[in-house]
Amino acid sequence: MPSLTPAETAAQRRKRRTGTLIATPGALYLLIFFVVPLGLITVYSFATRTSTGRTSLSGWNLDSYERIADDVIGGIIARSAWLAFLTTVLCLVVAYPFAYYLATRPPRLRARLLVLVMIPFWTNGLVRVFAIRFLLGSNGPASALSEAMGFGTFRILFTPTAVVLGMVYGFLTFMVLPLYVALERMDWRLVEAARDLYASGAKAFWRVTVPLTRSGIVAGCVLVFVPSFGAYVVPEILGGAKTLLIGSYVARQFQAARNWPLGAALSVLVIVSMLVAVAINQRNSANAERTQGVTR
Amino acid sequence: MPNEHRASRDEAPQVMSTLGTAGTKRSARRLLKANAWFVFAFLYVPIVVLVIFSFNDSERVNVWQGLSARWYGEALGNTQVISALRVSLIVAISSTIVSTVLGTAVALALDRYRFKGRRALDGTVYLPIVIPDITMAVMLLVFFAEAFKLIDTFGPRLTLGVTTVALGHIAFNISFVAVVVRARLDQFDRTLEEAARDLYATPWRTFRRVTLPLIAPGIAAGALLALTLSLDDVVISAFTAGPGATTLPVYVFSTIRQGVTPELNAISTLMLAASVTLVVASLALQRPRSTTP
Repeated sequence: MPSLTPAETAAQRRKRRTGTLIATPGALYLLIFFVVPLGLITVYSFATRTSTGRTSLSGWNLDSYERIADDVIGGIIARSAWLAFLTTVLCLVVAYPFAYYLATRPPRLRARLLVLVMIPFWTNGLVRVFAIRFLLGSNGPASALSEAMGFGTFRILFTPTAVVLGMVYGFLTFMVLPLYVALERMDWRLVEAARDLYASGAKAFWRVTVPLTRSGIVAGCVLVFVPSFGAYVVPEILGGAKTLLIGSYVARQFQAARNWPLGAALSVLVIVSMLVAVAINQRNSANAERTQGVTR
Repeated sequence: MPNEHRASRDEAPQVMSTLGTAGTKRSARRLLKANAWFVFAFLYVPIVVLVIFSFNDSERVNVWQGLSARWYGEALGNTQVISALRVSLIVAISSTIVSTVLGTAVALALDRYRFKGRRALDGTVYLPIVIPDITMAVMLLVFFAEAFKLIDTFGPRLTLGVTTVALGHIAFNISFVAVVVRARLDQFDRTLEEAARDLYATPWRTFRRVTLPLIAPGIAAGALLALTLSLDDVVISAFTAGPGATTLPVYVFSTIRQGVTPELNAISTLMLAASVTLVVASLALQRPRSTTP
């Protein structure tokens, strides 16, 4: 390591100070309005609910966490995880060939198609869920169409099917984008090499393309699973009594049910599962960068 | 069939020719195309149907009775809608301004400076993006409850209102702005700054005259995204708003639960138009200039 002249260290010190100065306002804001609330919700999860529905912070206990294991709440968590899993799988199955199609278009068309994908992505989410609600309504356009075609009315609104459909609709783009990036970045010569070595198209796909786009697959699954697991708006609008999910259940604890400690404990559960998912994703993308470095 | 073309590293299109024999190749290609059409239809049909039905004259949402802008008139004549729109705009504009300044500063600091706590900031700044809305919402609710308790002991009595909604929006918008601006800084040609410095420009002058103009499109895109997200947010607004601070999405959300009305269709279409305009503007700004993809 070259030794630094005093002038250089002074410059470095100045630069470090500038960095701190620039970062501080934003960092402070995040500390107050994100990190502190994160800490507070954790504290609340160990608190007690008094008989009047207030939260007492004296006498920490694990009561709220113990309730996570009971039948009702355990069932809600299991249902949330199951529907989020279904949503993720459906998104992957639809989005992979879609992203493959996008990535194999000529560059100009690719850019245009990508804009078409991005528009609904950033379009008002609530309005999009509302559109599904309107479409599927008991006498909405979809039902009218099916009746006109002789299939009779169908009722899927307020069922788990409608919730999964709504979540796929809402989160599909979260799957498409990372897959698209991975496929677009992929070294297609490797697929060609596999073909030259007499691998069948299917074999080349499963043994070369899929492993090379693994980082995109994992990122997409994380980005779909996390919001699906904690979904609130979609199940509130498209779901019914039988599709109570953890997001709505948390909301209720902070509203009518007035059991903040329980709501806090469930929020902590959601946050922990989110952090695990993010960690998996980060490790995976770090691995992908390493292997890509080797193949280049 | 011989390979008539050798795909280069980044060139994908011709690889389709390596997918299999002529027959399976064609059917695979057809399936891919069909799936793509299906996805685009899936993404757009519900929105388009909603827009069409917003021009329906009928009182009942499911019966088509002819074209009319009647429900737009009704929506805009509804004082609740107008006051919700006002709250939405106040929150969106104020939170966008603050989060654009703070988010840009965070992006700059993370991209080009080493400082104490950099790693912690780098790890934290992405979390508000990933965290589910409802968790962020209840976190802020608990935070404001505790903060008010603390402040109340000093005298002033504070309650949830427009300010708390805006404070919550800034918290998630800082992260989005930081990510967008940082992406722009990533493709930044650092030699331009070095050139300015070599020509004896002060750091501040270099920033004003070189860095800022170059990342301005990224900042603008980040600001537009913040504006869009703020106008879209339901959950965080619902939990941090007090009486009189209902935003338009919160109004729509609470009304949907009582059933679909033609007026809601009209309001939704207006919100849709606003967000599509913002998105298109943002995408146009984010497109890298003069570089081929």
